[in-house]
Amino acid sequence: MKLSDIVKILDAEVLTPEVNLDIEVPCAFASDLISDILMCTKEPTLLLTGLTNQQVIRLADMIDIIGIVFVRGKKPPAEVIEMAKERNLPLICTKNTMYRSSGLLFNAGLRSCRI
Amino acid sequence: MLDYAVAESEMAEYWYIRPGYEKAVQKHFENQQEPEVSLESLIREKDFNEAGKGSAEVKNVLKRLGIDPAILRRIAVASYEAEINVAAHSLGGAMLSHIYQDRIHMIFMDNGPGIADIEQAMMPGFSTADEMVRELGFGAGLGLPNIQKNVDALHIVSEAGDSTMLEFLIFFNDNGQ
Repeated sequence: MKLSDIVKILDAEVLTPEVNLDIEVPCAFASDLISDILMCTKEPTLLLTGLTNQQVIRLADMIDIIGIVFVRGKKPPAEVIEMAKERNLPLICTKNTMYRSSGLLFNAGLRSCRI
Repeated sequence: MLDYAVAESEMAEYWYIRPGYEKAVQKHFENQQEPEVSLESLIREKDFNEAGKGSAEVKNVLKRLGIDPAILRRIAVASYEAEINVAAHSLGGAMLSHIYQDRIHMIFMDNGPGIADIEQAMMPGFSTADEMVRELGFGAGLGLPNIQKNVDALHIVSEAGDSTMLEFLIFFNDNGQ
């Protein structure tokens, strides 16, 4: 599944229009706990989260996050979007809750990341 | 004299060595070898904009050295958790990374206030994080357990009311040889 497909499925807004959305997304993980995200991401993974602070971008310096979906209508501040652009990291946001977003993507065939 | 005696009795130490790594860890601490590369960075109290930068710098250096991605991930996770711990729980401190041919030795030192009970702090789910730290997605009580899961040796020395020193070793080969 491409990230551009995910934007359609989640009826999402793209926060980093400069960044390429034509990338393959093999799996996803959803959490608001940084320690869980760190431990469970062992392969290129799409992250669904409600966290919008700078540390969520710093996580992508540590582990293989290929894009971030902000759920429940949350939008990160401008400096966070800027940090993502510098890293070529796509950010999208959806009004759907974390549970509903995960369900929609799972039903569409996006698997859970290996933990 | 009395104050000193009390402080000493409150000092706590914790050691973990991954089974099979005892000899390699002992050799590291006995030999006092000169590292190939050393990096240092400051960690400021509750500075969650900058925290994580030091770990990213170390990761980039190791990546350029061609360290295996699975090992690199273990180093990055342990380092980031330890760096965040200093920012979230202490009055600030510093991290020091010594890179050798076959291993990395990372040391995190802070200016207090120390860990009262290290065994308790090692228990998954135990946290003393405040509300601000939790809102940022930290404080799940998984930091120290996550560090231990990813390292080959972990050593913590702390004194309640004083500083904490956490150091770990990760070998670049699977068996530490």
